[in-house]
Amino acid sequence: MAYGYYPGCSLEHSAAAYDDSTRAVARAMGVDLVELDDWNCCGATEYIALSRTGAYALIGRNLALAEAQLAGKNGGGKAVLAAPCSACFLNLSKAEHYVESHPDLADQMNEALAAGGLHHTPGTVEVRHLVEVLVTDVGLEAIRARVKRPLHALRVAPYYGCLLTRPQIPGHTMDEAEYPSFLDDLLRALGAEVVDFPLKTHCCGGHMTQISADTSNALLHRLLKSAAEYRADLVATVCPMCQLNLDAYQSQVNRAYGTDFDLPILYFTQLMGLAFGLDAAALGLGKEIVSAERALAKVGVERPAPPPAPARPAGRRKGDKSLPMPRRKAHHGRARTS
Amino acid sequence: MSDAPKNGRGNGGPRVGVYVCHCGSNIAGMVDVAEVARWAGEGLPGVVVARDYKFMCSSLGQEMIEEDIRQQKLDRVVVAACSPHLHEKTFRRACANAGLNPFLFQMANIREHVSWCSEEKGPATDKARATLAGAVRRVAHQRALEPMAVKVNPATLVVGGGIAGIQAALELADAGLPVTLVEREPSIGGHMAQFDKTFPTLDCAACILTPRMSEVGQHENVTLLSYAEVEEVKGSIGDFTVTIRRKARYVKEDACTGCGVCIEKCPQSVVDDVYEAGLGYRKAIYRPFPQAVPKYPVIDTACCTYFKSGKCKACQIFCTPGAVDFEQRDETVELHVGNIILATGYELFDCTRIPQYGYGRLANVFTSLEFERLCNAAGPTTGKIVLRDGVTEPKRVAVVHCVGSRDTRHHEYCSAVCCMSALKFGHLILEKTKAEVWSFYIDMRPLHKGYEEFYHRLLKEGMHFVRGRVAEVTDAARLPGEEGKLIVQYEDTLLGRQRRLPVDMVLLMGALEPRADAKANALKFGLSCSMDGWLTERHPKLDPVATMTDGVFIAGACQGPKDIPDSVAQGAAAAARVHGMISRGQVLIEPVVAQIDEEHCSGCRVCNTMCPFNAIEYVAAETVSRINPAMCKGCGTCVAACPAGVITGNHFDNTQVFSEIEGVLWDAAV
Repeated sequence: MAYGYYPGCSLEHSAAAYDDSTRAVARAMGVDLVELDDWNCCGATEYIALSRTGAYALIGRNLALAEAQLAGKNGGGKAVLAAPCSACFLNLSKAEHYVESHPDLADQMNEALAAGGLHHTPGTVEVRHLVEVLVTDVGLEAIRARVKRPLHALRVAPYYGCLLTRPQIPGHTMDEAEYPSFLDDLLRALGAEVVDFPLKTHCCGGHMTQISADTSNALLHRLLKSAAEYRADLVATVCPMCQLNLDAYQSQVNRAYGTDFDLPILYFTQLMGLAFGLDAAALGLGKEIVSAERALAKVGVERPAPPPAPARPAGRRKGDKSLPMPRRKAHHGRARTS
Repeated sequence: MSDAPKNGRGNGGPRVGVYVCHCGSNIAGMVDVAEVARWAGEGLPGVVVARDYKFMCSSLGQEMIEEDIRQQKLDRVVVAACSPHLHEKTFRRACANAGLNPFLFQMANIREHVSWCSEEKGPATDKARATLAGAVRRVAHQRALEPMAVKVNPATLVVGGGIAGIQAALELADAGLPVTLVEREPSIGGHMAQFDKTFPTLDCAACILTPRMSEVGQHENVTLLSYAEVEEVKGSIGDFTVTIRRKARYVKEDACTGCGVCIEKCPQSVVDDVYEAGLGYRKAIYRPFPQAVPKYPVIDTACCTYFKSGKCKACQIFCTPGAVDFEQRDETVELHVGNIILATGYELFDCTRIPQYGYGRLANVFTSLEFERLCNAAGPTTGKIVLRDGVTEPKRVAVVHCVGSRDTRHHEYCSAVCCMSALKFGHLILEKTKAEVWSFYIDMRPLHKGYEEFYHRLLKEGMHFVRGRVAEVTDAARLPGEEGKLIVQYEDTLLGRQRRLPVDMVLLMGALEPRADAKANALKFGLSCSMDGWLTERHPKLDPVATMTDGVFIAGACQGPKDIPDSVAQGAAAAARVHGMISRGQVLIEPVVAQIDEEHCSGCRVCNTMCPFNAIEYVAAETVSRINPAMCKGCGTCVAACPAGVITGNHFDNTQVFSEIEGVLWDAAV
């Protein structure tokens, strides 16, 4: 099957590395990404607050294009449109959900689209985030099998950001909204040592960098501080906004807080490509502002894979008064019999 | 009261009496009952008398029916009133009193099905006519049926040795009746045995439970099968055959003195996930707790050095009476009982399913069950309330209510006991430590006697209460004073503010949920479960311990979240129901069952697998299927499934059902 690919504006410029690495990884995994022809901006996070109808028409144009261009590309199933940017993903999936559940909104949207000779039938396009397509459709097993240079020595903080899993729009297939773990699993499949990053779904500030430096600095400082406390070598992101904020404003945060964070912020696709043994330049590495060179020097350093964590120590040391930790159960997507 | 004119029908055919109830204004307020009675008397076939009356279920109403049966020689009776669930029995009895077979009576529901769900009088009256016409046409084809009497075996099986099961077993045993109590764990006691104190009186749980445990363990009328599970249930009320697997203890019960030397000498220590809720350790050969009943230890073969490597045998070497037997195998016991009481209990919600609360990741987040063990003098810290490091006393504790309950993502229901447990924990923390206690609740629900008072007591003792759900528990410090602490991020809905509270320890009041194997278990005993997985009672208000399967009763938290007093009450109630049946010696079984015309049965066995009550047996010698009328519920599945159409549902045969449909299709416009 072919996936419609909606890169979004960021990936053409500031997040070109995300676009490069996405295409390289998709090629390596045999995922057929077809870029939507003549796509337009999704309106980002602001437009919807200014003009709801206008915003839905703007987003709807992309859905209409996807519906027309992807017809029949997924057997008899719905057209699938993959977006690498969390804001695009949310806008597209939210619009599709609302026009499907509110026929009057769909009519208004189509009235606007008619001016351009376009039409969108609600419910014909399934919008998914790139990371979810890779984890669910391609699968961790296939990804693990493709790894040539495991990222064993790298401690990675998985950063989901706030828009990827929330709000939970019906049809979103991501398991857990508040404390997800699928990116952790993916990074682990690459061999990386994944830190339990407590702020994994906290906000990076979005466009606050343009409105209030104090607010965005505070939000970014929290994230950087926590990742550093967990001794992460780098942060893996799934969103161009998160990457830009954490990367480009890191020195500003350092000045404001008197800190010296030196945390490279990379796209998860870049790490996939590295683990697959792809060429660093083809993955857009080096385009980041906080250089990842030092951290990535650890890649390829041969180190045996860490043994699977023991379920629990069978006994305990003499004089050890500590209480055992709870056994972690496989809870995600746990099929309740009820 | 108005006598409808006689219509001269009924000569030779059925003589039907029709009674239309006003139910005060419940029916008469929406349906023209006098008109319906008049119409029935004039227009419906076989009706020789049709009356309307204020309350048909009153003694006078019943006497009216009895009088008419005698005077007018009625051989069929139809009452148009409420749902048969309420008064079918009443009118059947009235018919029987007057010498009419109760199965020649039919009820038309013109209250729940008509007056209560209608808004206009005209159409409501027409619908009442149609409903009544259906009943009158049907009753003409009904046949007299006789209930079956089944002898009741006085022995009872109680499944589950928690407080509800113990209570049920003791009630019956004290009445001189034989009881077998089956428990899956090595000891009876259930969850209550893990608790420290009980709310709201703060009695020590062990002090009130262990006397009952030892009483049931030593009772002359109780056979205790611990470390055993029910494998199969066959038969029906009065005469069940139950197969029970007794798991190998590897300790001979007749030889063991319970001295405990084997446990002392065992070199293998493992985390105890059951009794200690994962917070403490036990040996590979173990007794869950000192007061365990029975006292005999068991060997956990999964971690025993001998079973893993063939070496060690320390327990056997040091056992003076020679009770340790590595060659022991599981045994199967077959049991005949008249009734079964299920008291299989609950389990705690897996708190790792709400990962933002950090359980399993953040060391000092505890579940309620873990905390019970932490407070318990017999627990892993000998009752000292400390952090996961085993030594540090907390300075501030957060108690998070409704973890997994009152949450549409997990369980919509309220777990009923957690508010009170949280208060109890608050009291114990305030009593034993110098810590502050903060409770984060949605609503406080201290519902029963003495509970609200206990809540007030905690308010006075200085427990802090915040109304609002906790968003997350994190170790990511942001503000001064948060370093090294767990931070509870919450909304105080009374202040309308987002807040953060640094604490040392977080207690998650996990929901009570059905046992993971509740559905499979229900199937084994022929019961049904609610959507959540709780066992379904026969009637939620009026028959809470009986089930749709005669002879199988339920008690305690397997039916829904319950505290100790309610569980005990249900255990006793179930025992009383069983005792009643045993005293009578026999039970009458509704003859509304399916019958196979064996002459025409090809023995294809299609019906065998369809029957939800396992009532159909294949008789290989005669190549026919046969229905056990004592187990059949008359659901009709087999009737519909039989490819040859040779199964008939008594009281629901084709003629009866089709003539009812014809009647219901009566149309005012035609």
